[in-house]
Amino acid sequence: MIACAAVARSRTLGLSCLGVWALSAALAAQQGATPPEGGRGRISGAGIGAYPVRPPGDPAALERGTAAFKTNCAFCHGQDARGGDGGPSLLRSALVLADQSGEVIGPVLEQGRGAMPKFAFKPDQVADLAVFLHSFRVAGYDVSRQKPPTILVGDVKAGQAYFNEACGSCHSASGDLRGVATRITDERALQQSWLMPGSMAGRGAPPPAKPRPPTVTVTEPGQPPVSGTLGRIDDFVVSLTTAAGEYRSFRITPRMKVDVSDALAPHRDLLRKYTDADIHNVTAFLATLK
Amino acid sequence: MTMIRSAPRLVAVALVAAAGALFAADGLDPAQILKPLADAWPTYSGDYTSRRYSTLAEINQTNVKRLGLAWASRLVAGPGPAVPLRPPAFGPTPSETTVGGVGENDFVGATAVKGGVLAVNGVLYVTAPDNVWALDAQDGRELWHFYWRTRGGTHIGNRGAAMWGNHLFFVTPDDYLISLDARTGRERWHKEIAPFSQQYFLTSAPVVVGDHVIVGTGNDLDSAGYLQSFDPESGELQWKWYAVPMNPGDPGLETWKNLDAARNGGGHPWLPGSYDPETKLYIFGTGNPTPAYTSAARGDGENLFTCAIVALHVDTGKMAWYFQTSPHDTHDWDSAQTPILVDGTINGKPRKLVVTASRNGYYFTIDRLTGERLITSKFSDTANWADGLNDKGQPRRIPAKDHHVAGALVSSNNSGATNWPPQAFSPDTGLLYVPSAEAYAMYYLTETDPRGAMGLGGKDEVSVATMGSYITAIDYKTGRTAWRHRFPTAAGNVGRAPGLLATAGKLLFGGDISGNFFAMDPANGSLLWHARIGGVSNAPQTYKVGGRQHVLVAAGDTLYSFALYQ
Repeated sequence: MIACAAVARSRTLGLSCLGVWALSAALAAQQGATPPEGGRGRISGAGIGAYPVRPPGDPAALERGTAAFKTNCAFCHGQDARGGDGGPSLLRSALVLADQSGEVIGPVLEQGRGAMPKFAFKPDQVADLAVFLHSFRVAGYDVSRQKPPTILVGDVKAGQAYFNEACGSCHSASGDLRGVATRITDERALQQSWLMPGSMAGRGAPPPAKPRPPTVTVTEPGQPPVSGTLGRIDDFVVSLTTAAGEYRSFRITPRMKVDVSDALAPHRDLLRKYTDADIHNVTAFLATLK
Repeated sequence: MTMIRSAPRLVAVALVAAAGALFAADGLDPAQILKPLADAWPTYSGDYTSRRYSTLAEINQTNVKRLGLAWASRLVAGPGPAVPLRPPAFGPTPSETTVGGVGENDFVGATAVKGGVLAVNGVLYVTAPDNVWALDAQDGRELWHFYWRTRGGTHIGNRGAAMWGNHLFFVTPDDYLISLDARTGRERWHKEIAPFSQQYFLTSAPVVVGDHVIVGTGNDLDSAGYLQSFDPESGELQWKWYAVPMNPGDPGLETWKNLDAARNGGGHPWLPGSYDPETKLYIFGTGNPTPAYTSAARGDGENLFTCAIVALHVDTGKMAWYFQTSPHDTHDWDSAQTPILVDGTINGKPRKLVVTASRNGYYFTIDRLTGERLITSKFSDTANWADGLNDKGQPRRIPAKDHHVAGALVSSNNSGATNWPPQAFSPDTGLLYVPSAEAYAMYYLTETDPRGAMGLGGKDEVSVATMGSYITAIDYKTGRTAWRHRFPTAAGNVGRAPGLLATAGKLLFGGDISGNFFAMDPANGSLLWHARIGGVSNAPQTYKVGGRQHVLVAAGDTLYSFALYQ
């Protein structure tokens, strides 16, 4: 999709998609603990997702509906209704999404549909099945259920060799990276951090490694150079903080010299060269540095 | 309603009436959109070519240094104050808010204008999700405000309104097409045009072509994307075109695992398209297939007609041709960006063309009469997900770069080499101007169930680095990059410029990634003028009112209009 990511989805697509919702206090209290149902822009200051959350069904009905589904439906549609041998996923089905308490799925069960035969459920059983089908979270950002146990799939020896060759001029396993896997215990955070120090480990997680910020030297004609930590730079203005803590801002002119020095530049350049296997091997090696 | 509150509306009506005696009674004649873009801005892209090239040249390279702020107008979203405001001693007098809607919820996130603003008969019509405002184009004074109380839906953005006569049209995140009286901001009708139960949400700007109001869907769950055409008077459906096969025997079904996969296959036409009055073809882009990342459930095929440029006969909705820019996309890289119509020359022969730079990092020149692809080029330096072109001139995907349990290093990131921000084309230079970015991300497969995940699930995309954010100028005759302007930045993930405007004044206007609004020389990217207004959030536009050319741009909830100092 475009936009947030877009913008987008980063939205994509347009790209800021966080928002909060206001609604009546009563409704907020009622839904406060329920995870959002789906959609971007679902940050829930007041506890509501972009799409309404179905209220939890009666536990006894859920138990009956689960049993009826497993007996009659699961061999085609899967134990979790996400699809199986021959039967499609029912979670994303337009019919099931439109259904409230069996009034839409009932006629389909009664009459059959395509390759699906008729089922002689009683109305109460249809309602129970609806409670089961509506007990799942259905959302564009589907939560992973079978997560891989590890991302360490690389070859330690090959990783060590690659590290010595590509990284050895700046880093050392017995020097600055000694014990790095003890300091950064999360495997993915470790990988992201060596790829690009300061990189986040994932949505919301703070970066475990803080890189040195870039420095800049500004030289105006006939003036002594001014150096410091780079604050910001665009086509028009550069700003820095000197070693003495003084903030300086300069209008960029054609006769001015602006030299930015970024310690991370080699990391950025290497991104064009790595194979995925190189990355996995180096991570496997660094994970041994405890 | 106190007398104090209703007074501004009377002023508003008087202003509209004074703005143009010729059109005031009739609003916007759809035939006006057929004319070259000049004083008005009557549709999302300005005109049907979507070049975003204005013939206005009062502001030009020789005087752009004198460009200064004419006015700024801050938009206040929501139902309006509970207690009627008294006119403040300073600042603008608030206008009347008409409240509609079938829901009970208020979206209270930040207000941001991320779409096109109509400029018709001296009045601007501007939108944000659930909100429409009318402003006097001379000085930004608010004339009326309409607010839609929502059922929910993803409030990511709204791309603008469309106009037919005195009827205004826009869509909402909770799936309504709404028609307002452009003179008053009062609702004419509303109509649900996609099922909310399936988590559709609407963001696009409708496009009026003759007696058609055309608008596409959006959704992040596995659903079918479609484009619909409505009668501007009644709102009655005229035709509906699905981006994916919906029935046995539908064309393209062989490119999906099965009918169920196709019917849940996405392809949402997120953005307005272009229109060729000679062939009566409406030409637009479609979104990514779904599930977006764990694609096994879609089969191995191309997943038609997702990620494609598509031409439909505007009176029937029947497809004339398509060209798929990403067969079997696996990164949520839409091809929904607004394509641009160019009358050009290829190999010495005059050709009717469509040009577009796609989110996947590739540029295309296509014959708009036949759909024949003429040129493909890679405008992203870093895009590493394809290993060349196939015999149709489409990028050839590397499946190992979809994702990996231990991470696959992929460029671009999910946001893409470009995205929705409008591209512009100048006939003076023959160049297409593209807001673009080069970024890497690690794509981790997080769902090992071979059935995959729904929607955008099943993976974590973790950002690594942005290599650069650019304006990229592409020669439509060769596909080669003529020049690139790289925006300097202190580092980090810097995003992408928000969209562009070209003018006969030999100027290219846009926002950079540091909050500057700038004018460039479209021949080489030299910067000529700028003003820092904060995060520019839409593509600039231009219009002429009171004998004076304005350049309009939004930064979040505020519109800024620039003109030459007089």
